[in-house]
Amino acid sequence: MARGMSRWLWVSALVFCAMLALARIGCDAAADKIAPGRVMARQAVERQARWNTTDHSRHAALQQSFASGDAITQACLSCHTEAEAQLHETLHWTWIDPLSPPDRIVGKAGHSLNNFCLSTNFMTDRKCLDCHIGWNGKQGRVNCLRCHGRQPLDWAAAFEAYRKLSGSSEVADQARAAEVQQEIRAAVQQVGLPTRAHCGACHFYGGGGDGVKHGDLDSSMAHPDRQLDVHMGGDGQGFHCTRCHTTRQHHIAGRVYGTPAVTARRSLLEDDLTPKITCEACHGATPHPAGSKTNDHTDKVACQSCHIPAFARRLPTKTGWDWSQAGRRRDGQPYTDPGPLGMPAYQSIKGEMTWTRDGIPAYFWFDGAIETLTVKDVIDPDTVVHVGWPVGRPEDPGARIFPFKVHRGKQPYDTVHHTLLPPLLSGPQGFWTTLDWPEALRIGAERMGIPYSGQFAFVESRYVFPTTHMVAPKDRALRCEACHTRHDGRLARLGGFYMPGRDRWPWLDGAGWLLVLGALALSGVHGLGRIVARRRGKEDRR
Amino acid sequence: MKSNATQKVYLFTRFERFWHWLQAALILGLMGTGLEIHGTFALLGYARAVRLHNFLGLTWVVLFCFILFWAFTTGEWRQYIPTTRKLLAMARYYALGMFKGEAKPVRTSPGAKHNPLQRLAYLGIVTLLLPVQMVSGLLYYTYNQWTAGGLAAFLDLGIVALVHTAFFFLLLAFLVSHLYLATLGHTLFSMVKTMVTGWAEIPATQEVHDWEWADRHGQG
Repeated sequence: MARGMSRWLWVSALVFCAMLALARIGCDAAADKIAPGRVMARQAVERQARWNTTDHSRHAALQQSFASGDAITQACLSCHTEAEAQLHETLHWTWIDPLSPPDRIVGKAGHSLNNFCLSTNFMTDRKCLDCHIGWNGKQGRVNCLRCHGRQPLDWAAAFEAYRKLSGSSEVADQARAAEVQQEIRAAVQQVGLPTRAHCGACHFYGGGGDGVKHGDLDSSMAHPDRQLDVHMGGDGQGFHCTRCHTTRQHHIAGRVYGTPAVTARRSLLEDDLTPKITCEACHGATPHPAGSKTNDHTDKVACQSCHIPAFARRLPTKTGWDWSQAGRRRDGQPYTDPGPLGMPAYQSIKGEMTWTRDGIPAYFWFDGAIETLTVKDVIDPDTVVHVGWPVGRPEDPGARIFPFKVHRGKQPYDTVHHTLLPPLLSGPQGFWTTLDWPEALRIGAERMGIPYSGQFAFVESRYVFPTTHMVAPKDRALRCEACHTRHDGRLARLGGFYMPGRDRWPWLDGAGWLLVLGALALSGVHGLGRIVARRRGKEDRR
Repeated sequence: MKSNATQKVYLFTRFERFWHWLQAALILGLMGTGLEIHGTFALLGYARAVRLHNFLGLTWVVLFCFILFWAFTTGEWRQYIPTTRKLLAMARYYALGMFKGEAKPVRTSPGAKHNPLQRLAYLGIVTLLLPVQMVSGLLYYTYNQWTAGGLAAFLDLGIVALVHTAFFFLLLAFLVSHLYLATLGHTLFSMVKTMVTGWAEIPATQEVHDWEWADRHGQG
C-alpha cells in the first residue's frame, strides 16, 4: 500500500508540473508574438526618399526683389493659385469653429473662453496675433512661410532694413540693401513641408510659454528621443507632425472644438485616403498579438490611455492658475516669485500658478468632442465651472476612455449676470500693464460687445486637454494593475461600468467570507467535539 | 466491542482518482488567481493571473466533459442518485452519534461509495455549483463577443461577475467542509489515502457483494 501511494504521489506531481508547463506555454505564447499593429504601421510608413518635381530656387517668381510679406505671398500664389483661398477656410486662419452659430461663436476668435489667458477679446488683444499665420493678423495676407519657410528670418526687421537701405543714395547702403535682399530671397526660395518646429512655434508655446497649455506638447518635442515619443523621436520613426496630421486643401486633420478629428475610426486598409490622425489608421483596431486581452480593450479604451503613462515628461506644464491672486504689488511694483521646477509660483500680472512634471492624466469618456464655454453661457458660480470638458458616455460606441491633462483655474465672472468675463490683458489698457481688474474687465467685455454689470468675483474652473502626444515605447505602457486594482487605480473615479479588479460588491464579499468562516468554525467545533469524545472514550475503556 | 479486523476494497479507479485530484488542483488554482483578479491580493501580477485563470478555467471545462463522459459510460452516475434512506440517520450520526461512539449508519462499498449526505452534496455541486460557475466564467471570458452574439442586451458584466463571485464563495465553503470531512475516516488521513491509492479498508465483517467485486477486483 505504501508503495502504491508514493507511486501515485509521484504521478500526480508529474501531472501537476506538466499542467504548469502547459499553462506557461498557453499564457506567454501571445506575448512573444510580434504585434500585427506594429507590422502594419511599419508598412504604412516605410520610408521612401521624398522626390520633388520642382526646385523653388529656379522659379522666376521667387527671383525678384521682395519689399514686403504680401509680395512674397503674391509670388507663391502665382503658381499655387488656390492656396490662400483654401487657407482662409481653415481653422488655422479663422480661429473659429465653422459649425458654431453666429450668436455663440465657438473659437479663439469668437466667444470661447479658457482658463489660461481667458480670451482674445475678438482678436483685439494684439498679443494673441503673435501666433496668427497672417503677415499682419487677420487683416493682411496669409504668411505662407510661417509653415513652409525653412530658413528662419526676422521678417519685419529685414523688410525695415531693406526699405531704409534701398531708399538711401549711399553706395554702401545700396550694397547692404542688396545683401539684405539676398538673405530675404534665399529664405523665400527655401520652402518645404512643415516640420515639428513650424507647428511647435505656436503649439508648443500655447498659453504664453513653453509647455504651458497642453502638457503633451512643448519644446522638448521639437527634437524628441523615442523614450519621449516613439513616433517623433529622432532615434525612433522621426515623424514630423504632418505624418499623422494629414492635410486636405490646407485643412489639417485634428479636432476642432466640438467636432472630433474623425467620426469613423478607419484603418488605411479600409480606406487608403483616411486621415492618419487616429492610431487605428496605421495600427488597426486590434494591434496587439492575436489572443492578447489588450485587443479586447480597444473598443472602450483609447490607445493613449495606456501608451502615454504620463504627460509633461521632460518640461513642466501649468496645471493650476489662480487669477484671483493677480495684481499684488511689492514696493509698489509688480513682481515674480520663483517656484519649484524652475517655474514662477506667482506673478503679479497672472496670479498664483502650479506646475507639474510627469503628470498623471485624468481619464474621461471621450467621443472626440470637447464642449467649451463662451462668454455668452450662464454658469453656476457655486460649482466648479467646466470651461472645457470632454463629451462622451460609456454607452456611446464612438467613445473611449481617454487621458487628459486637467487645468485647474480660478477666473473672473460677472456676479450679476453669472457669465465668465474676458479681461483685456496686453497693451496699454490691458491688465498686464495696469493691474486694474475693474478697468480690464470693463474694456474686455466692451470689446466683445457683451453686457457687464461691473460686479465681479472669481470662480473655480476646469479645462481639459486631451493627452495624445508623447507616446512612450511599448515597454513603458501601463500595466493592467494601473487600473485593475481595488484602491487608487487610475480609473478609480470613472463610474458607470463594472471593471474587474476595481469593482466588487462589499456586501457579497462580506457574506461570502462569513459563509467560509462559518464552514471553518463548524469544522473546528465538530473537530473539537471529536477530540473530546475520543478522550472520554479512552477513559471509559480504562 | 468493535472488531478491528479489516478487508481491502478497491473503491476508486484510476481515472476517477485522476480527475478528482486534477480537478482539485484546477479549482485551487482558479480560486487563487480568481481572488487576485477580484483585487483581494496581488501575487502573480494582474495580467498573469488573468491568463492563468483563463487557461485553468478552460482546462477545467474540458476535464469536466471527460468526467461527465466517464460518469455516464461507466454507470458511475448512479452513485449520485439522491436517496432519503438513512439520510437523517447520517445527519444524526455526524451531529451526535459520532461523539457517542456509535457505528456509522451506512457502510462504504464499491457499489455505494458515498453516504446519502455525500450523494446529495455532490449532486448539488455537479448539477448546480460547477455548471453555474463554468457558464458564468465562460460568459465572463467571452464578454467581448456579447454584442456579436446578441447577448449584450440581456447581460451585464457586473451581474455575471456577481454570480461568479457568489458561487466562488459557495465553492470555497464546500471546499473547507470537504477538507474537514475528509478527516472523518477511521484515521485522520485514511480517506485521503484512499483517494490517492484507490484502496479503502472496510470492516472485515462487512459483506461485499460479488457484483461489487466482479469488475473491480484486481485493477489498479
